[in-house]
Amino acid sequence: MKIRNLVTIALVFSLASVTPAWSDEYVIDKKGQHASINFRIQHLGFSWLTGRFNDFDGEFSYDEKNPEAAKIIVNINPASIDSNHAERDKHLRSDDFLDVEKYETATFVSTAVKDVADGKATLVGDFTLRGVTKSIEIAVAKVGEGKDPWGGYRMGFQGTTKLVLKDFNIKKDLGPFSQEVELYLDIEGVRKQ
Amino acid sequence: MLLNNRQGYGSVAIILHWLMAVLIIGLFAMGLWMVELGYYDSWYNRAPELHKSLGILTLFIFLFRVAWRFANPLPDPEPSLKVWERKASRFVHISFYLLIFIVILSGYLISTAGKNPVPFFGWFELPGLFTPFEHQEDIAGEVHLAASWLMMALVALHTLASLKHHFFDRDKTLLKMLGRNR
Repeated sequence: MKIRNLVTIALVFSLASVTPAWSDEYVIDKKGQHASINFRIQHLGFSWLTGRFNDFDGEFSYDEKNPEAAKIIVNINPASIDSNHAERDKHLRSDDFLDVEKYETATFVSTAVKDVADGKATLVGDFTLRGVTKSIEIAVAKVGEGKDPWGGYRMGFQGTTKLVLKDFNIKKDLGPFSQEVELYLDIEGVRKQ
Repeated sequence: MLLNNRQGYGSVAIILHWLMAVLIIGLFAMGLWMVELGYYDSWYNRAPELHKSLGILTLFIFLFRVAWRFANPLPDPEPSLKVWERKASRFVHISFYLLIFIVILSGYLISTAGKNPVPFFGWFELPGLFTPFEHQEDIAGEVHLAASWLMMALVALHTLASLKHHFFDRDKTLLKMLGRNR
């Protein structure tokens, strides 16, 4: 945990040092909770079950003139999974699913930005979950940016992606309709002063 | 005879003992079985509901049994028992009461995390009264499993000891719990 945190911090600093000077750096607004990581998965093929990860943080950099250089890193605490059902959450934290005692963090580190058009793009990056690192693609769309009324500058975007549970060694089989989970990310960043 | 006396157990104590033996061993096996069920198994939801209901039933029987235990004289141990055997059996009996209580309480705390009620055979629900600590369902879950295994180790010890008394010491310890010594 500690070592991984240090690695993450080191990564953030190295990212910060290689990003061009005109690029703006943002911290995900965890303090004000203007960001959420939500998931949904089909239940038996009859409906969608929605849940979220309550505890995560991260940073990103974005420059309007050079969107391909945007970078983001997000750390998620898998133990903070919340599907509004304590016994199910206990099951989701167990080794049937996330095994949070063994795998204490999940991280996304972007590696590339492609298909930029009309404020939309595809974000490519390495996602680590349950100790498995896999390259995934997140479809992102900028929602807006500008000065907030309290002297700061903010930018927000949305992202969606799909994960196959088995790809990340989640062995519990929830049936043919529930092999994939969709992630919905709502991210607001506050520009660093 | 319903009540205990110094010579032996009354029928109520004997029935309570064997009823709880069946419930506790049954619930232990059921607990291990139900957590391995596949998601599409027809017992996936039913087994935990039944496990909870039977657990609450065990709580009621346990409370009655403790009251009965204090309202009745305790039969004298067999005279052939050595001092260490008396001490050991007393220790095992007290441990049983403690472990039964811990297993029931931790089970209740798993079910009521998030203030959910516990079902009792669709008849009524026991409300979730308190959420004493964070990560309640995880901690209570670990305690529930560990205390259950410990109790099963005691069941094995208790059973072996009763068989030793019956077949090797040839005293009436086991016969007394079968109501056959009067």
